[in-house]
Amino acid sequence: MGDTSLITNAKNTWCSGCGNFAILNAIKAVFGALIDEGTPREDIVMVSGIGCHAKIADYINVNSFYSLHGRVVPVCEAIKLANPKLKVIGFAGDGDTYGEGLEHLVFAAKRNVDISIVIHNNSVYGLTTGQYTPTSPLGFKGRSTPGGTKELPMNPLELMLASHASFIARGYSHGIELLKKMLKEAITHKGFSLVDILQVCVTFYNMYENYNARVYELKDHDPSDGSRALEKIKEWDYNSDAKIPLGVFYKKERPVFEFPPKIKEIDLDAKIKGLLNDRA
Amino acid sequence: MDNISILIGGKAGDGIDKSSLIIGHILAQLGYRVYIYRDYPSIIRGGHTFSIVRCCRDTIATHLDSVDVLLALNQDSLDLHKSRLNTGSLIVYDSTSVKSDKGTGIPIGLIIKESGAIDIMRNSCMIGAMCKALGIGKDILEDVFRKNISREIDLNLKVAFLGFDEAKESVRIEKLKQKALPLITGSEALGLGLIKTGLNAYISYPMTPSSGILHFLAGVSEKFSLKVIHPENEIGVMLMAAGFAYAGERTAVGTSGGGFCLMTEGFSLCGMAELPVVVLLGQRPGPSTGLPTYTGQTELNFALSAGQGEFTRFITAPGDAEEAYYWSGVSMNLAWKYQVPAIILCDKTLNEGTYSFDIESIREIDAGGPLLWDKAGIYQRYKNTRDGVSPLAFPSDKDAIVKVNSYEHDESGITTEDSHLTIAMQDKRLGKEKYLLKELEHYETVKVYGRKDASTALLFWGSNKGPCVEAGSKLGLRVVQPLVFSPFPSRRVKEALQGVKRIICVENNATGQMADFLKCRGINVDQRILKYDGRPFTPMELEQKL
Repeated sequence: MGDTSLITNAKNTWCSGCGNFAILNAIKAVFGALIDEGTPREDIVMVSGIGCHAKIADYINVNSFYSLHGRVVPVCEAIKLANPKLKVIGFAGDGDTYGEGLEHLVFAAKRNVDISIVIHNNSVYGLTTGQYTPTSPLGFKGRSTPGGTKELPMNPLELMLASHASFIARGYSHGIELLKKMLKEAITHKGFSLVDILQVCVTFYNMYENYNARVYELKDHDPSDGSRALEKIKEWDYNSDAKIPLGVFYKKERPVFEFPPKIKEIDLDAKIKGLLNDRA
Repeated sequence: MDNISILIGGKAGDGIDKSSLIIGHILAQLGYRVYIYRDYPSIIRGGHTFSIVRCCRDTIATHLDSVDVLLALNQDSLDLHKSRLNTGSLIVYDSTSVKSDKGTGIPIGLIIKESGAIDIMRNSCMIGAMCKALGIGKDILEDVFRKNISREIDLNLKVAFLGFDEAKESVRIEKLKQKALPLITGSEALGLGLIKTGLNAYISYPMTPSSGILHFLAGVSEKFSLKVIHPENEIGVMLMAAGFAYAGERTAVGTSGGGFCLMTEGFSLCGMAELPVVVLLGQRPGPSTGLPTYTGQTELNFALSAGQGEFTRFITAPGDAEEAYYWSGVSMNLAWKYQVPAIILCDKTLNEGTYSFDIESIREIDAGGPLLWDKAGIYQRYKNTRDGVSPLAFPSDKDAIVKVNSYEHDESGITTEDSHLTIAMQDKRLGKEKYLLKELEHYETVKVYGRKDASTALLFWGSNKGPCVEAGSKLGLRVVQPLVFSPFPSRRVKEALQGVKRIICVENNATGQMADFLKCRGINVDQRILKYDGRPFTPMELEQKL
């Protein structure tokens, strides 16, 4: 093929200033680095859901599965289990995977399938024009909740820790170097990894100033320490005005969910006959 | 005596199911063709459970109402089935727990106690007594026991022989001079057909009557290098299947109507993204939870219309174990050849029925593989070809970038909202149906049984094959079975009905879904015989209604 450009000819339709650009640029850089280090481009697979985030599948010239709303995770699991040499990265929204498809996320984490899930978490539905999501703060005024929400946001990272995710991190769409580092580490991690990215939606919920004033990078944090990880994860509950730590909260190797290598050249007819003989 | 029905009954947890299989194997050893019907409530312990083992010289796929031998492990088994007995019927009962004024009482409870055996072994004792009553030797009994019982075989044999010695011979079943055939369930036949055509992955969330397929395939997964997964729910099942298909693995899922409701969004995705996935749809009486452990043909309409939008799908409805094996294999091959989702309509009668299975009688399944990319030029997953089938490549194939998409997309898989492209791609996907229908001309999509020139036709589908073929043949009717519903071989069905003046449709549902379906295709059904109490038809019941 020769052409190793990672750009497709699809026209980018994100709003100017959208946080998704940072994720797009960071992941392109990470894919480029992986390819430079010897991963064939053909071994990279992206899966996306439905929502503004999901257009990323159209914008990068690698294998992709543009899936359904909430259904990024089971597709990722299957692709990895079908062909273990693939690097499978799922991109999903917060409404998408913390809402519509939450059960898949919990199960993929507890199974520890070797995939990476990147959440474009902007606490608002963009493509359906501004409704609250599972991580919108209490009182969020969206188009479906004009009087403000009456429910607390969830802390997805706390849920992931409880579900035995073996890699949990938080990034921010302002600050691409940290994003690149974190995404590379997540993809290289053997096991299930979740990266929650505070991805600002400039049109419906512009949090740049707010986040800029509160985020800080985790320092001297031991990600193998589960109780310390929980403490840092609970520092911000997605509702309060607390400081927001960024970085890898938790990382631990444990056995992954996988199948033994395929037996080549099974004599199917002989084996079926043998099985029937056992039933005679 | 070469057509015998044996009913064994007890309470759930008594091991009735296993016992009926052992009885089936004993009869199979004598050269008989066997069919076993299982009836059980949706509970784990207690309640009344029974199986009817029927054997015959010729192949059968249905049980009868009347029984020749009644084996009663509890009082219900005797009291609830009195109407099934005829004057010559033989009754064997456990005199420790059952009161009866006729038949042979065997103190099974006592024998178990004195032998230091456990309750579940009452079956073994009962089967021993049955063998003696039917003139079947201890050698065959021992053979079948050793092959089918792995735990405590010596103790099981001991109580079986004690039961044998307590009973007296009433009739002698002759040994037939034909080869013994293996016994498998419809579920196993469906699974084996998929294995035969290269199944790589089976994904299923447990739901009666399809759980048997999951258990079978999980059990043989190492032997056949299968990836068998039980995920969080049916939505996950279907999306995983889509992912496996995208990665190039031959994949099937199994469920019942309720589970398939959850799968339909993903099923439609398979239509749009052109991902081949085979769905084993085990029907049961609905709506909603309905009668979970009983049978029905309730999902023909659902299968035909499941999923949003319009797309090509393959739907088949096999009628017995041999057809289940053949058509599940064909479904997998056609799904891959045309890159469409496929549905196999099955039900409790087929899946959990046990059949004598003659693999040599089954037509060879065409092993034609899917169309693969020739590696020339830039790969386009949705290249628009004459027949709408785009060459396949999979992630990790060198030089191919494989993009699939749930949105309308261009030939390379990138999202589009362009009007011309939308029409071109929809025409591409729907156009495949015409070629698939043409290919189906090489298959026996319609079968005719009974008197082939009769002017009255008995029309049936799926697991009603057994009772319809038996009753229809006996009454001199033309018996017609369509095996494929999408794309529907209208011309073939009309040919099979040529010269027919009266059409009677037999279905296990409350509205006559096939009759309505045929009406839309210009075939008018004169009479509908419908049954929707969750129980299958029997030949005698049909004869009375005809």
